[in-house]
Amino acid sequence: MSRPVTVYVPQDASALSVGADEVAAAIAAEARKREAAVRIIRNGTRGMLWLEPLVEVQTDKGRVAYGPVEANDVAGLFEAGFLQGNDHGLGHGLTGDIPYFANQERLTFARCGLADPLDLQAYEDNGGLAGLRAALEMDPAAIVEAVTESGLRGRGGAGFPTGIKWKTALAAEADQKYICCNADEGDSGTFADRILMEGDPFTLIEGMVIAGLAVGATEGYIYLRSEYPHAIAAMKAAIGIWNEANLLPAGKGFNLCLRKGAGAYICGEESSMLDSLEGKRGVVRAKPPIPAIEGLFGKPTVVNNVISLATVPVILAKGANYYKNFGMGRSRGTLAFQLAGNVARGGLIEKAFGVTLRALVEEYGGGTLSGRPIRAMQIGGPLGSYVPAAQLDLPMDYEAFAEAGAMVGHGGIVVFDDSVDMAGQARFAMAFCAIESCGKCTPCRVGAVRGTEVIDKIIAGQNVAENVTLLEDLCEVMVDGSLCAMGGLTPMPVLSALRHFPEDFDRPPKRPAAE
Amino acid sequence: MSDNGAPLAADICVRHGNRPDTLIEILHELQDAIGYVPKETLPVIAEALNLSRAEVYGVLSFYHDFHTAPKGKHTIALCRAEACQSVGCEALARHAEQKLGVKFGETTADGAFTLKPVYCLGNCALAPAMMLDGRLYGRLDADKFDAAVKKAETQ
Ligand SMILES: Cc1cc2nc3c(=O)[nH]c(=O)nc-3n(C[C@H](O)[C@H](O)[C@H](O)COP(=O)(O)O)c2cc1C
Ligand code: SF4
Ligand code: FES
Repeated sequence: MSRPVTVYVPQDASALSVGADEVAAAIAAEARKREAAVRIIRNGTRGMLWLEPLVEVQTDKGRVAYGPVEANDVAGLFEAGFLQGNDHGLGHGLTGDIPYFANQERLTFARCGLADPLDLQAYEDNGGLAGLRAALEMDPAAIVEAVTESGLRGRGGAGFPTGIKWKTALAAEADQKYICCNADEGDSGTFADRILMEGDPFTLIEGMVIAGLAVGATEGYIYLRSEYPHAIAAMKAAIGIWNEANLLPAGKGFNLCLRKGAGAYICGEESSMLDSLEGKRGVVRAKPPIPAIEGLFGKPTVVNNVISLATVPVILAKGANYYKNFGMGRSRGTLAFQLAGNVARGGLIEKAFGVTLRALVEEYGGGTLSGRPIRAMQIGGPLGSYVPAAQLDLPMDYEAFAEAGAMVGHGGIVVFDDSVDMAGQARFAMAFCAIESCGKCTPCRVGAVRGTEVIDKIIAGQNVAENVTLLEDLCEVMVDGSLCAMGGLTPMPVLSALRHFPEDFDRPPKRPAAE
Repeated sequence: MSDNGAPLAADICVRHGNRPDTLIEILHELQDAIGYVPKETLPVIAEALNLSRAEVYGVLSFYHDFHTAPKGKHTIALCRAEACQSVGCEALARHAEQKLGVKFGETTADGAFTLKPVYCLGNCALAPAMMLDGRLYGRLDADKFDAAVKKAETQ
């Protein structure tokens, strides 16, 4: 037989959700039938999720893309000569030339989808380990300085400068320090952490090891939500392979442990996550002390989001300046935006800060999936504001969003068309807070329940003006009196819905439903 | 389970070095093995980890994943978070309830299916999404839902 043709079929959970396993099996079967030599590699996703399963064929000219492929398209693809990269109705030409992909700035996700995620040699061939090698030549303080200089801010939502957090942990004296990766990714509309862990898990490990070298921590934990079984499997396998490879010089060990969450949104809040890592109920801790001084088991702990940590290797490999030169204002570098919900072309788009919401949602996203007009976007997860279509020209920048009463958060953008009922969305925000509150403080625990009831009355058309005032007062109490951002930010989606879409909150009284 | 899982629970605790910080891992393992966490295992776990029963119960009841009664043979977790809402997961939720003849949180009379809500499966670009026994589905509609249920039934 001739040299086998390499065919890539992603094993990312999203690709699997629309039949990637069946497609891979069909390709293998058809190749056998035709006695064609084919080598199937299960890669991570390239992030163009609306094209999944996106099958790529390695040709002399480069990787040629076909998608979305269904199992029953496979015979036709062979017939058309897709193994030679020939045209087909599902063909998109070279993957790297697809505008959605070509116009991105892939720094953190540079390798994602290129190879088998667990192929350590391919990882290195594609630029992996360069950051770690650089870090091993540096003083801890110099590593911290590079991360500070790069302008990297926490990608988990709050946008706190990563270097400053590390500096505090480095300065803290202790017999043991920890690096904790927050992989709880509970926000609706976000999947960047998941895609990275499934598609390029070594990058996260490399980032955590560098963080350990920087602050003097020899133990790390990854707190990964139980809703992500595929990411859990990928990370576990990657940790095993990494440990076998013995990449660190003697005396610089780093022990990494994966812990599975148990279905509590609040455990994404860092102090609640620490309690959960200690085997306790995930109840939020009062601050101070901050985790960098007193964190896991009372020891100095760096808590960072997956993407924050996975961005560290490229900063060390290419230098703080390289990274800093992307972005706008005080938002430096890139963010992995996630386009979700009612959008024609959903997926992951890594771009420098400063790109407008319109460019993301209309140019990349192609507008709504339903084809109806965009009415609102919820940005930054369930605690993020609803932004009306009129604000599509906002640049993606922490400060610009804050000024507009919204937040960038983890970079998730959920699109809604004009059939959305914004009072219903406001009600859900309150109800979600009631379900997921850790229960420690009254404004959140009781406020969210009361908030849901009040919105129900508004929706039913009962004393609307009075109840809207009551809702606003209640939100004020939650903002002022909540211990953490769960109760403190739930008013964001509620009040933004009320402010931008008052017509949805002003309905004539409903007669009792005749069900 | 005639022995209520107590010996197994003790065993799992030992394998985790009886470390109290591994309590959540222990509960996961126990539930994976027997489908739920029998109340009878709580004193065993408490003793092994040197915790009070109230502490163990506190953890067990705090997390949505854990339950103390048997569930259906198959678990359907239908996403009801915002991205899925934007493409009609609530209509799908009503369809699921009708098709299975249960409300969310309930198990079908024949013990075949438990229907539960989940708030985001990370498949928000291909919403609506659901997870059936660890298998993820995207771009779900009523027909795909029915087909998935049928497939599980015949397994
Ligand atoms: C209710 C709530 C949920 C959160 N969920 C997450 C999460 O899932 N992932 C995450 O990285 N950060 C989450 N955060 C933010 C964390 O508290 C923390 O700021 C972050 O992990 C710090 O890492 P970073 O600086 O790298 O962003 C959440 C915060 C709150 C209040
Ligand atoms: S605001 Fe809510 S989630 Fe946060 S500490 Fe208070 S009760 Fe817990
Ligand atoms: S909101 Fe349903 S999968 Fe994320």
